[in-house]
Amino acid sequence: MGNLTNALLDRLQRDFEITEITQRNPRLTTFKVDKEHAETLVRELRDRESYTHLNFITCIDYIEDGIFTLVYMLQNYDLNCMLGVHVDIGRDNAEMTSMHTLWGQVWTYQRELREMYGINFPGSPRLEEDFCLEGWDDIPPMRREFDTAAYSTEHFGHGERSTEEPRQYMKVQFYPNRGGDEK
Amino acid sequence: MFKITGADDIPESEDVLANDGLSEEDRKLFSNARPKRYEPYPVKAIEDFANWARANSLWILGFGTGCCSIELRPLMTARFDISRFGVAGRPTPRQSSVFVIGGYVSVKTLKRIIRSYEQMQGPKFIVCLGSCPANGGMYFDSYNTINRFDLYLPVDMYINGCMPRPEALLHGIMELQDDIKAGKCDGANRYVDNFDWYKANQKKVIKNWNMPDYNW
Repeated sequence: MGNLTNALLDRLQRDFEITEITQRNPRLTTFKVDKEHAETLVRELRDRESYTHLNFITCIDYIEDGIFTLVYMLQNYDLNCMLGVHVDIGRDNAEMTSMHTLWGQVWTYQRELREMYGINFPGSPRLEEDFCLEGWDDIPPMRREFDTAAYSTEHFGHGERSTEEPRQYMKVQFYPNRGGDEK
Repeated sequence: MFKITGADDIPESEDVLANDGLSEEDRKLFSNARPKRYEPYPVKAIEDFANWARANSLWILGFGTGCCSIELRPLMTARFDISRFGVAGRPTPRQSSVFVIGGYVSVKTLKRIIRSYEQMQGPKFIVCLGSCPANGGMYFDSYNTINRFDLYLPVDMYINGCMPRPEALLHGIMELQDDIKAGKCDGANRYVDNFDWYKANQKKVIKNWNMPDYNW
């Protein structure tokens, strides 16, 4: 469909068991693949099907189903289209094969996912170092069970503060002699 | 003739800082003296002259901490021209007198801001741009940004907005100059007087404190 030929899709379905092929827009197609076939599939797409550029790796947190969905967004410069590879992994003790040997930027994305979601990528360089958060001692903050507003109120509270109602305050400013009465 | 107390690093009493964040051998390399107040000149005319000079030569530290720093760049161009106020950008804390906190302050940045601020020579002033240092602004519910900058370092001027236009910044600079000439900007001395309170607030938020307690 679109930029992916049916022959290619049949071959990928046979060899890598891809499912849920969806065309999101004329330039973007996504499909889902199992965790064990993910790395070989991405390598095949990069080497043989000229999806040579990795746009990003991100994670979607489906807390209701208890899974993380990792999205590897690949770009093809010959056909000028994008391909999203979705991989489901479990939320507890989340782990995924590291793809840092495929592209130079992958280890940075994997460091960010490790810090923000708690997903481990065994073998990826510099995974235990602090990335954005220094001295962080709570659960990984991009997980949906983390309440960021409560954390902010508890740790970065305001102390004592007073607030004014804007309309009344401006009336008093404009009409000081009448005590804020416009009439 | 003039009694100027400065930053002699020899503590006169037993009231020294703990420097717990440093290792044993590093502790010998850093001073553990408490900060000292910057006393005004005893003759009022000289102090007024000094305040006039300070107000008309505010040198800003070149450390853009957040989004509002982008409003400092048009100021340096010909249209708004901040150099007619005597303001110049300086590269190091030792050479500057104003620290402009531009925008949101994440915990990682706050540690570096504290280190830079404590290395500045007094009298020094802090100007906060935008609503993020005042009350948290757009990121009030973020796990990584502080909500009220006044708890961690003393602030002399707030300029409101998100982000404030260059004209608002110029107005703020002019108000700061008036306050300095009136002798009202004593942020540095406030920091020294309430040093323990500020330090406790800072350490509550910054968990990996691996630098001396006072970074002079």
